[in-house]
Amino acid sequence: MGYVKGLKCRECGRDYPKEPLHVCSFCFGPLEVSYDYDAIKAILTREIIESRGPNIWRYKELLPVDGIPHVGHHVGFTPLVKANNLGKILGVDKLYIKNDSVNHPTFSFKDRVVAVALSKAHEFGFDTVSCATTGNLGNSVAAHAVQGNFKSYIFMPATIEQSKIIGTLIYGINVVGVNSNYDGVNRLCSEIADKYGWAIVNVNLRPYYAEGSKTYGYEIVEQLGWKAPQHVVVPMAGGSLILKIQKAINEMYKLGLIDNAKTSFYGAQATGCSPITGAVKENLDAIRPVKPNTIAHSIAIGNPADGHYSKEAIKESGGWADDVTDDELVEGIKLLAETEGIFTETAGGVTVATTRKLIESGKLPRDETIIICVTGNGLKTQEAVIDKLNKPTIINPDIKEVDKIVEKQKNETAMV
Amino acid sequence: MAVTVRVPTPLRSFTNGAEEVNIEGNTIQEVVDNLEANHSGIKERLCGEDGKIRRFLNVYINDEDIRFLENQETPVKDGDTVSIVPAIAGG
Repeated sequence: MGYVKGLKCRECGRDYPKEPLHVCSFCFGPLEVSYDYDAIKAILTREIIESRGPNIWRYKELLPVDGIPHVGHHVGFTPLVKANNLGKILGVDKLYIKNDSVNHPTFSFKDRVVAVALSKAHEFGFDTVSCATTGNLGNSVAAHAVQGNFKSYIFMPATIEQSKIIGTLIYGINVVGVNSNYDGVNRLCSEIADKYGWAIVNVNLRPYYAEGSKTYGYEIVEQLGWKAPQHVVVPMAGGSLILKIQKAINEMYKLGLIDNAKTSFYGAQATGCSPITGAVKENLDAIRPVKPNTIAHSIAIGNPADGHYSKEAIKESGGWADDVTDDELVEGIKLLAETEGIFTETAGGVTVATTRKLIESGKLPRDETIIICVTGNGLKTQEAVIDKLNKPTIINPDIKEVDKIVEKQKNETAMV
Repeated sequence: MAVTVRVPTPLRSFTNGAEEVNIEGNTIQEVVDNLEANHSGIKERLCGEDGKIRRFLNVYINDEDIRFLENQETPVKDGDTVSIVPAIAGG
């Protein structure tokens, strides 16, 4: 038994039943899942959540799956890492990394949304699942499709990183490379959404799919000791994650699980694809779509569906947004790896580098709690850094050659 | 000047279920007005009260988003395909 009342248009407020619908048929606004919060409040406590397994289903009353989840039983509850070394370099005291680069099973936050979407697809009776992807979503849909015995078709730009293609093909499913950027792939998927009777997770299951992202926010709050973070820096592609973290915090407040919901949200994009940060910085009413030109492929969405609402959320929360160049994002990847031992993908590099920029410009206060959202794994985007690293020192298996290396290292350290 | 308009599922109730319709017009605005003339009620769904195409709808001429062109004033030519596509989530 679930607690979902139905779907509601975020734009015009029209109500819809709990069905595989994704846009308001009147105004095309996005549909949001609405819940019976009174009923949830009557039964859900911190203690009950804490007594459950370390995965997203510990918050099951706040997810739109009615029965036992069909797939993704081990997704989520990734580490919230206190980043003292990075904090020292950036000059801040209370810095944390929410590390979804180690999410199970495909190493990105997309495992959260897919676990929910495919469990819902099963409840709706679909036998085939699909998605448009910049890589991470495809990896996750493919893995969970195999787990849940669905047929699947994954559509991706033909030019994305090799490891994201391999990380989808390995599951032995149908992978289609489209000669287009992500916006073109998305458009294709939206045009075929109703044609074959598939569950295209980010199209006709979007309202359910997107709810999975809330678990990222619930976990931050629980792992901080049932406190809303003061500042959260979030990578933005379509703009959905920032809204879902905000919804998560507001829900926890509404349910009496936390004392306040005063969190400021900060959006991060690559300068080569920055329609949302551009609109925040220039105080524009409308999001102007752009043609992406950045190595941060996983967040290169030029026409962000949730751009408008994420811009509003940032402004209303007292946060800000900024973007960084490809060189800066590579420095961000290296900085996180060299200080915290966490290897994130290009999107994570964007978020770290943007955090640095926001701290240096005074937009982020140095003495308050800051969360950096790391949503993907660096092993999937090795192309971004391969030419920016030193080469290994090659030696013969001879102890004298090791002596030389150690000696050289000592001299270099002495010079610094 | 006739263009082919690709109609998204939620609007096919206005086109008797047709996925595509042929519409006369020299600009996107004229195409929208003529859509309304042939399929009464459809314009209210495409455009808000200010007459602008709703922000969650993307309109393409062949492969180009009209926001990269001249928005509703963008000229169309004989044989173009105009697609109306609702915005969808990232991935």
